[in-house]
Amino acid sequence: MTDVSGAWYLSLAAALFGIGAFGLLVRRNVLVMFMCVELMLNAANLTFVTFARMLNDIAGQAVVFFVLVVAAAEVVVGLAIIVAIFRRRREATADDLHILRG
Amino acid sequence: MHPGLVPVPLLATSLPDAITFAVSAVIVIAGAIGVVVARNPVHSALMLVMTLFGVAVLFVEQRADFLAAVQVIVYAGAIVVLFLFVIMLLGVDRREAVSADPLPWQRPLALVLSFCALGSVLALGFSGAWSTGAASVTGALPHRAGDTAALGKVVFTTYLLPFEVTAALLVIAVVAAVLLVRVPQLREQGGQAGAERGGAAGLEGDPEAVSDPGVDGDPQGLGERDREVVPS
Repeated sequence: MTDVSGAWYLSLAAALFGIGAFGLLVRRNVLVMFMCVELMLNAANLTFVTFARMLNDIAGQAVVFFVLVVAAAEVVVGLAIIVAIFRRRREATADDLHILRG
Repeated sequence: MHPGLVPVPLLATSLPDAITFAVSAVIVIAGAIGVVVARNPVHSALMLVMTLFGVAVLFVEQRADFLAAVQVIVYAGAIVVLFLFVIMLLGVDRREAVSADPLPWQRPLALVLSFCALGSVLALGFSGAWSTGAASVTGALPHRAGDTAALGKVVFTTYLLPFEVTAALLVIAVVAAVLLVRVPQLREQGGQAGAERGGAAGLEGDPEAVSDPGVDGDPQGLGERDREVVPS
């Protein structure tokens, strides 16, 4: 009668992070790239909660709380930037954003 | 080696826990793969909701009830809805971004790099060379279910300053978002054309181009406005 071992959770979080990183590298749509960043943040959150349970320390959960808030702020600003870019140019792909190129 | 890192076989744990973990893990991984491979951004957002719910279940499994609730409310309830709003607002849900890859070597390279990162993390995790530090620095996890009281105590005592800074951060983010997406103020002399531009394509980011009467009266400018805006 034991809990699921923390190694399983950590492996799952690593897999989730890997999938998110892969999507971030592969996809061209900036919105989907943003969602992949969210996947990676969730993997980190899962790791924090797992270590909080393994080490019997509430600080890990407190960190997850702050990560959630910062992620919300990040999404707000990021989506605002995406909307502003869309107003200038009607593209959704990251390849077309070369405004700064001389 | 830290005792918690010994990989106990999943079937050696209690059956309800093992089943919950296995089902949630399948949901999380399937949702994550769906986010990456879905052609339509709307489908990606819905798959993201699936992954977030799976992670919330895993939070509950690890006695993080409050975080699971916040995860569902903030992530699935607010952030994904924000994503969907932006997708619908911009009308990009029909776009195909996957075809016509300008860098043909990027996809295999990304796959290899991701697997290398995953493999190295797993190898590091199971090698046993861990430095875990002191346990329970700020406060112990409550043994029974329900972490809300302990988490609130820690957030409002030990982490009070980060909590306040977080409040300022949220305000700054909201102000920044409003400033970024604000449509520049139109002048009243625009008349019909000005109203049209303000409504359909208040999509102009350049305030000079909108308020300039020469460009304003030209309906042809709507098609070309995203390239170079020449103000006159």
